[in-house]
Amino acid sequence: MLALVVLGVPILAGAISAVPPWRRGVGWLGLAAVGAVLAGGVVLAVRVLHGPPVTAFDGTLRVDALSAFMVIVIGVIGVLACWQSVRYLDAEIGSGRCSRRHASRYSVLVQLFLAAMLLAVVAGNLGVLWVAVEATTIATAFLVGHRRTRRALEASWKYIVICSVGIAMAFLGTVLVYLAALHAGHHGTASLDWTALMAVSHHLDPRVMRLAMALIVLGYGTKVGLVPMHSWLPDAHSQAPAPVSALMSGVLLSVAFYALLRFKAIADGALGAAFPRALLVTVGLLSLVVTASLLLAQRDYKRMLGYSSMEHMGLIALGAAAGTPLAIAAVLLHILGHGLAKGVLFLASGEILLTEGTSEITQVKALIARRPALGGIFGFGLVALLGLPPFSLFVSELNMVRAEVQVGLGWVAAIALGCMAVIVAAMLSHGRHLLLGSGAAGELVHTTPAVVTVPLIGGLVGCAALGIVAWPLDGLLHAAARVVAL
Amino acid sequence: MTSSTIFAATLELAAGVVLVCAVVTLWRRTLGAIVKALALQGVALGAVAFVLGDRQHDGVLMAVAAVVVVAKGAVIPALLRRVVAGDPASREVAPLVNVPASLVGAGMLTFLAYGATAPVVALVPTSAGRLIPLGFATLLIGFFAMAVRRKAVSQIVGLLLVDNGIALVAFLATAGVPLLVELGASLDVLLVVVVLQVLTAQMRSRFGVLDLDQLRELHD
Repeated sequence: MLALVVLGVPILAGAISAVPPWRRGVGWLGLAAVGAVLAGGVVLAVRVLHGPPVTAFDGTLRVDALSAFMVIVIGVIGVLACWQSVRYLDAEIGSGRCSRRHASRYSVLVQLFLAAMLLAVVAGNLGVLWVAVEATTIATAFLVGHRRTRRALEASWKYIVICSVGIAMAFLGTVLVYLAALHAGHHGTASLDWTALMAVSHHLDPRVMRLAMALIVLGYGTKVGLVPMHSWLPDAHSQAPAPVSALMSGVLLSVAFYALLRFKAIADGALGAAFPRALLVTVGLLSLVVTASLLLAQRDYKRMLGYSSMEHMGLIALGAAAGTPLAIAAVLLHILGHGLAKGVLFLASGEILLTEGTSEITQVKALIARRPALGGIFGFGLVALLGLPPFSLFVSELNMVRAEVQVGLGWVAAIALGCMAVIVAAMLSHGRHLLLGSGAAGELVHTTPAVVTVPLIGGLVGCAALGIVAWPLDGLLHAAARVVAL
Repeated sequence: MTSSTIFAATLELAAGVVLVCAVVTLWRRTLGAIVKALALQGVALGAVAFVLGDRQHDGVLMAVAAVVVVAKGAVIPALLRRVVAGDPASREVAPLVNVPASLVGAGMLTFLAYGATAPVVALVPTSAGRLIPLGFATLLIGFFAMAVRRKAVSQIVGLLLVDNGIALVAFLATAGVPLLVELGASLDVLLVVVVLQVLTAQMRSRFGVLDLDQLRELHD
């Protein structure tokens, strides 16, 4: 029942937002809806920590600790993004770039996007999971192209074509898993329920499962932004409105990764740990190497943030490859920490774009001197993203490396650390250009409105708090990790 | 002829038509003809589902067959015709790989499909199972078409070939995925085509033409 409420709230809010014209109240309604989702996620987490998984519709919806954690991640980043959406739409309407009808459509699509992601993480059936992930592509296609510039349309086209191809491969993989399940003696819809699949995983035909897992890693890997199917990511993230970039980078990538985690747990049973591990190590390392080689040459700060998402998804893939409970708990903490840090950075970059009028790194200078609040937020966001203490990404990266060394993937961790060193250097050099220096003589110091600073500082404080005390989440993280760990 | 040989022959014919239509989309250059081939492919795919449903007395599968014929044989081609109608130069003028080479490529992809599907075919020892490579071949030809064609419509067609190939594999290997998933997947595909149709209209109003070579502002 509660799972249904969590799904229904954004759909209802979306329906109300559809009534034109767009007013500020519609924006605040969207924020309230995602706030309710977050509260629902917390209640679900408490319930599943002290009892059995929550199910609805005969197991089609099923919330265990892992699902509840993902609902919380969607809720947290969703709150940040919806808060900032009010500011974004206000500014777009004010400048005449966007009509009120167009703004209504934006609000509806954001709520549908949230609902599709929520369905993906509470689905108990791998087929429904696929339908939901594909639905996120449809909901976001017009959001990426919301500015309707030539570049935005180009990014939108590439995004939907590449992701549809990728997700088609994931569908083929799902069909093959279904075939293997039928062959192992299952019948009907239940053969795609992963509780059922986990129970019989060692009876699934290994040859078919190997083909299926390769297709799944490539297919869902496309939506995660893993090399070789990553080329849509920097384009889409740089062209989408900032709140949409924050949602896509902070949560959508992780939701797609969540799908990979579910399939990996089944493949581990059918094939042993070695094959899924080899696949994830390959795509993870490739993503890190490609990011490290391209980041220094970036000229656009939103594009730079997009590449950084590829880096973090690569790190998460390596953590998942290790697959121990310690590794998976670190992967999940990293998903939340990266969502917060990257969400804050994308939202801050939206404000920079709005006030400075350009997304070129070389055109923006001395932000800290000229806009102390905004520059400070961006600076601390970068520090968090680069994995420095006290932010939670430091803890999660450390634990992922520890877990990798424990399972004999020390060489992988070493290559990853080498790539990260290059990436840190590149990001710091870009960041220094954006932030440091002194403003032109006589230029006023600009203040940043509270609608921007309050949520973003909140996000950073949250990210730091998670790095210092994991307390409220510790139990949930470990319970969630046990669901899919080796 | 016994009923089982009729069944096997009809199934082979329908699955064969699906693959032949995929090859035709590589062979023809006028976008109108390509869309026609795609519509015929949708009908053939529906026929596969219908024959299988009839054989197994599976009412749900026969209903799915009807949905497939309507969606892939009529609705999606109609949407594509609207895209083509708005494009005055509706010909694939200069694909990256010319037509004869494309056809050779399609032949090679079919061989590859037979190799790649060996483990799957081994698991389905029925007359339907033997046809699974045809679905894989359709899928691979779809990827190929997306890689070498330059028109926006051709890319949508490639995507639909991929989707039809997967649907054929699903019907032949497992008599279709569960109904809920099948309906969700069909709706998603339909919506993707609608989204792409709207995007092509928006791009045409911005760029004038629908050539994907126009899409090169974003790169590294």
